[in-house]
Amino acid sequence: MSILREARLVAAKDLRIERRSRVALQQIVPFGVIVLVLFAFAIDPDRGLLPRLAPGLFWAALLLASILAVNRSFAVEEANGARDGLRLSGLDGAAIFLGKAAAIAAELALLELVLGVGVIVLYDVTPRNALVLFLTAVAATIALAATGTVYGIVAAGLRVRETLVPLLVLPAVTPVMLGATRAFESALGGVPSEAWPWVQLLGACAVLSVIVGVLAFGPLLEES
Amino acid sequence: MPVVSMRSAVCLLGRFPALAGADLDVDEGDILLLSGPNGAGKTTLLRCVAGLVPLHSGTAFVFGHDLAFDRRTARHELALVGHETFCYDDLTVRENLRFAAAAARRPNAAADAALERLDLGRVADIAHSRLSAGQRRRLSLAVALAREARLLLLDEPHAGLDPTTRETLDAILLGAASEGRTVVLASHELVYARAIATREARVVAGLVQGGLAPATTKPEPKPLEVRA
Repeated sequence: MSILREARLVAAKDLRIERRSRVALQQIVPFGVIVLVLFAFAIDPDRGLLPRLAPGLFWAALLLASILAVNRSFAVEEANGARDGLRLSGLDGAAIFLGKAAAIAAELALLELVLGVGVIVLYDVTPRNALVLFLTAVAATIALAATGTVYGIVAAGLRVRETLVPLLVLPAVTPVMLGATRAFESALGGVPSEAWPWVQLLGACAVLSVIVGVLAFGPLLEES
Repeated sequence: MPVVSMRSAVCLLGRFPALAGADLDVDEGDILLLSGPNGAGKTTLLRCVAGLVPLHSGTAFVFGHDLAFDRRTARHELALVGHETFCYDDLTVRENLRFAAAAARRPNAAADAALERLDLGRVADIAHSRLSAGQRRRLSLAVALAREARLLLLDEPHAGLDPTTRETLDAILLGAASEGRTVVLASHELVYARAIATREARVVAGLVQGGLAPATTKPEPKPLEVRA
């Protein structure tokens, strides 16, 4: 079986579990929306700050929710010794990484759609430069999902997993947050051409995080 | 070539040598019973063979693959039935089986056959989280069957089974051995386990007593003997 077919098997399994348990839909998405709403309350809308801060607030809300998605992805592997089952399955570590990261990315994509509508409605933002927004979202989502998956397996099996994951992931995704926020700022209200260096940075982060995950996940899974 | 070959194998759990220099040979078609007191190292030995516990020192080969360097390759050919099911609570019995079969590069038909063999058809579309303890034990066995493994590692396989399922299990293990597959089971239920085992080795304090295979290449049932 090729790596991609194995990855699809793992992704389908994770997404089926999420569809059945509805944790993503009933907890992670509402969490992201609540964060957006709280930001809206915290920042006085009359001062016109919200539309200018919208890109950063959008990505901050997404990042916080993505931590939940990563923790959830590895929590399902804890019950009934499922992580041992995954090791015993004989699946390639790189395929498991790609599958789990793809499932997290799919959940984040859904969340981005919801939060995007939320930003438009709550923060009075008008979407422009759809191509830049799309490419930024794709690259940042891949980078967040891949980085989260790598650190998810680093913390797997530890009693402090749920608190350790944010400590590991948040510093590691700082360039992603910076790039995504700047690219969105340029696309929404600034000079669109200024977004491209940030999109390129995000693309590099995405590629790098996937390469690290493909190489490191298998050995990390064996040691987890 | 033995299916499993260990020499002076040491496995640590933390700093504790759960295996303290074990020697073991298991040949094709063997049904090897590992007996011994609680905490002797039986489960660790099974997990070491499955590649779940790293080898600290000594040598261990499974299907010729050196576990010191490659714990993954042999897993395509083995299945472990442990204390846990290794299954997902939110997936149904059928979905868990099909995932296990697909991961082992087996068709859905292998999963469906295992489902029927363990009489799990009635609960096939029930989520794992809603299964009783006995049904979970049967599902563990079904997962091992669905993988069509050449080496079956079973930790207390008779525990928690009703008489009918126990008979089914024994028939499955005897059938597997007659097909040339290899079975290693750790058990305290010696009456049941000795009835099907072709060899017995006793594990005491991380050492395997009587673990080396007879010189014959073809396994023959022989009188059960515990060598202390």
